[in-house]
Amino acid sequence: MTAPADDAVRLDTVTEVTWTQLVSASGLPEGELRELVRYGALVPRDPDAPTWTFESRWLVVARTASRIRHDFDLDPHGVSVVLSYVERIEQLQSELRALRARLG
Amino acid sequence: MKYKDYYAILGVKRDAAADEIKTSYRRLARKYHPDVSKEKDAEEKFKEMGEAYETLKDPEKRAAYDQLGRHAPGQDFRPPPDWGREFAQGQGQGGFDDIDLSDLFAGLAGRQARGGMGGGRRADRSLAGSDYEAVVRLSFDQAFNGAEIDLELSALEWAPDGGMRRVPHRVKTRIPKGVTDGEKLRVPGKGGKGAHGGPDGDLYLDIQVEAHPLYRVAGLDIHVDLPVAPWEAVLGTSVNLPTPVGAVSLKVPAGTRAGQQLRLTGRGMTRGGSAGNLFAIVRIEVPTVVDDGQRALFEQLAKTSNFNPRAQLDQEAAR
Repeated sequence: MTAPADDAVRLDTVTEVTWTQLVSASGLPEGELRELVRYGALVPRDPDAPTWTFESRWLVVARTASRIRHDFDLDPHGVSVVLSYVERIEQLQSELRALRARLG
Repeated sequence: MKYKDYYAILGVKRDAAADEIKTSYRRLARKYHPDVSKEKDAEEKFKEMGEAYETLKDPEKRAAYDQLGRHAPGQDFRPPPDWGREFAQGQGQGGFDDIDLSDLFAGLAGRQARGGMGGGRRADRSLAGSDYEAVVRLSFDQAFNGAEIDLELSALEWAPDGGMRRVPHRVKTRIPKGVTDGEKLRVPGKGGKGAHGGPDGDLYLDIQVEAHPLYRVAGLDIHVDLPVAPWEAVLGTSVNLPTPVGAVSLKVPAGTRAGQQLRLTGRGMTRGGSAGNLFAIVRIEVPTVVDDGQRALFEQLAKTSNFNPRAQLDQEAAR
């Protein structure tokens, strides 16, 4: 008998993850991730809530933060600045894809 | 196990101070990071540098590395017996063959997380499994329709004797409909096994979608070129247009211009409850070979038509 397949789930604005899940997925120390939230690089659904929850798309950002932190040996502020450039690059890439799709 | 000279990889001497190692790594990271580098083999070099820095920046791991002795890069070697007692508790003497140097130091990192190297290891402390990441290449059809795929990864895991070992890690997973190139997905609980009651890690999938010869995707929308003859564009026509779910009849209105987008609502990618559109982009193709009769017809049209496609240019040129 073959094992059943597991669902791969989207990381989007609909599904939600807890702070603990975000910390665990990022691989960053909790204090550094909290600093990234303070700099606005990660945004909880309700920043004033006693327990933070996040749209699951932030898992991708948190993991990117961890990779940048590790690859360039940066502090959390440096990571937050690079993340803003990464976001801008992704927006431009998306616009480029849309233009290429239209123009052929 | 093959030896790697971490000091040479980072371009520092064996007695380099911690600051010197850090500076050298940062300089090389700027040069070889695969996101920005145009250097040949940047990805491979960056991976080696990361592995070297991960070990040498940590005093405990650096000491452990130094005690492996000096060997030629690429040379097969085994850690000395007393090294196993001091640093790799539980790494059975037969346990070095199927792992590489980076695995060995990943194992030491795990031991540090569990309570430190060199004694005092709390073997019963729960430890979450590692997250894994894998690239998944899908055809356009798989991305459009969703797909069930089998993945086989090589995973590093804790052996029952407390050492590290590489094992095949097979995962069967369902990819949802409508994934796009560059998207990331998560398969919860399909990463590395947790230890002593710790949760299993997750598997992250980096989706790559192969280009399709006809369809180009942007978000949920699909674009397809629709070549039409000049007289079809002028007079209008009806064409059979292929779509990912089968051909449809599409009306090309009279007076259609080149580059015009004819929209088929809801015929794009579907994701959850949303569906994108399919856009047929009109390309006006001209015959490159015409016979005498056709040439005569075009010449007659040229004489009788007062259509000027360059009216605006003519106005500018007349200034």
